[in-house]
Amino acid sequence: METWHILEYVAWGVSALLALYMIVDWLRVDSTYSEDVLTSSREGELEAMTEEHKV
Amino acid sequence: MTDIDITSKEIDGMGPHGTKVGLLRVLGPAHVWALGVGIVLVGEYMGWNFSVGKGGAFAALIACWVAGILYTCVAMIDSEVTSTVAAAGGQYTQAKHIVGPLMAFNVGLYLVFAYTMLEAANAITAGYLISVVASMTGLSGELDQRPFIILVILFLAWLNYRGVLATLTFNLVITAIAFCAVITLFLSTSGILGNSIMQHAALFEGHELPYGWIGVLAAMHFGLWYYLGIEGTTQAAEEVRSPARSLPFGTLAGIMTLLIAATLTWYTCSGVLPWEYLGDGVNGSVAPLFDTARLSGSTGLLWFLGIGTLFATLASANGCINDASRAWFAMGRDKYLPGWFGAVHPKFRTPYRSIIFLVPIALIFALGAPLDQVITFSILSGLLEYTFMPLNIIMFRKKWPMGTIKRGYEHPFHPVPAIVLLAICATVFFAVFLGYGTQLVAMIGFYIVVSLWFHFWRYRFVNRGAQFTMPWPKPQGY
Repeated sequence: METWHILEYVAWGVSALLALYMIVDWLRVDSTYSEDVLTSSREGELEAMTEEHKV
Repeated sequence: MTDIDITSKEIDGMGPHGTKVGLLRVLGPAHVWALGVGIVLVGEYMGWNFSVGKGGAFAALIACWVAGILYTCVAMIDSEVTSTVAAAGGQYTQAKHIVGPLMAFNVGLYLVFAYTMLEAANAITAGYLISVVASMTGLSGELDQRPFIILVILFLAWLNYRGVLATLTFNLVITAIAFCAVITLFLSTSGILGNSIMQHAALFEGHELPYGWIGVLAAMHFGLWYYLGIEGTTQAAEEVRSPARSLPFGTLAGIMTLLIAATLTWYTCSGVLPWEYLGDGVNGSVAPLFDTARLSGSTGLLWFLGIGTLFATLASANGCINDASRAWFAMGRDKYLPGWFGAVHPKFRTPYRSIIFLVPIALIFALGAPLDQVITFSILSGLLEYTFMPLNIIMFRKKWPMGTIKRGYEHPFHPVPAIVLLAICATVFFAVFLGYGTQLVAMIGFYIVVSLWFHFWRYRFVNRGAQFTMPWPKPQGY
């Protein structure tokens, strides 16, 4: 078997591992933290703090 | 008034207004530069040369510089607005604050479509480049490109998933290498270092404007390739340490870099490759800088430009994943899309659900759609976004005149850049209509349908009270 055909299989394998890593981590995070924490990000926090900051 | 130290590392990216997990503010101006230039530089390596096929080498140069004016206006306008509206979502967030919800929804979709399609196109290109390397190294038969296309998308998605600092530092390194390759090729072939192989006079004689001025107009469509995506710097707004400084600095340095790279690319390639070959990006010169390096006879240059081409492709796909996910995340956070997408990873501090959600969409387009159609939809979405920008800045200056709010950057000669941008956008729309009229009409039809859906259905779910976050005074006239 030529090197490039081996690399094709390597690419399939690494792709599967990366996809698996992300899916497992995603499910783990979603089951560990509450939805309120995960979606608590609010736009403009720094701007709000800048306005409140005493110079 | 509370006494809060905004430089504190303990509240980095998080604050006292409800955010428990927010995006991480870790980026500097160099990362902003890497994001903007990284997305674009692949356009110098391939794609721009279709403009030569449309109108000849001089038409491509005119298109390069006229598009350069368009994008300089884009960069200046973006720098002013985004240094003030420093939040993820970029132009979507600008539209939300300045124009209104329906415009914001459309702009958000333009962004996601433009970047996801471009990501798919880059993955297709990377697969093609790897197959070229395989055949050059003696592979008998065809290489299956699919595993490499999938690997590119998944590796870069994984990198984005793991954190923004590593993602954009990676982009900084590979973009800098790709840019150095362009400069090295120019220096090595123009006579500055070694002998010159340029033959502009001989190659241009009798072919100055082969299709006349209509050819120049048609070339405008592909002139955008030199710079398409520089506006993506704004998506980093919520993750830079100092938005008011870093965003204008990174964006304006980015457009200057691209103006240099675009002009050198045109000069180098048009002085070596005949225009008929250079202008045929399918059966002729697919990667003109690489082809120029091949003709130089230097093995070192050949490898350097080959690596530069692959790195430029990867940098573009990487930046596109970053930008599309931020736009999708911002829309989810405001409930323009399901709020589920507005989640941030508690450890990596990235919009992880948006990153994962867009992976299969990119894969579908990368594996199932033809490259030219994918790119055309990306360009059309980008063009619609540029048309929004002049209207946005005119309304911004009218509602909040100079002196009423702090701006990190104030762009000069207002409203001249806005008017110039609008006029060039109209010209490019006509140029696109000449070549891709059906796709243009289909695309506009699609946005009309989704606008109706948003107005009559989705808007009832929007978090209306929480979506205007900037501590600005009431706009003039309200």
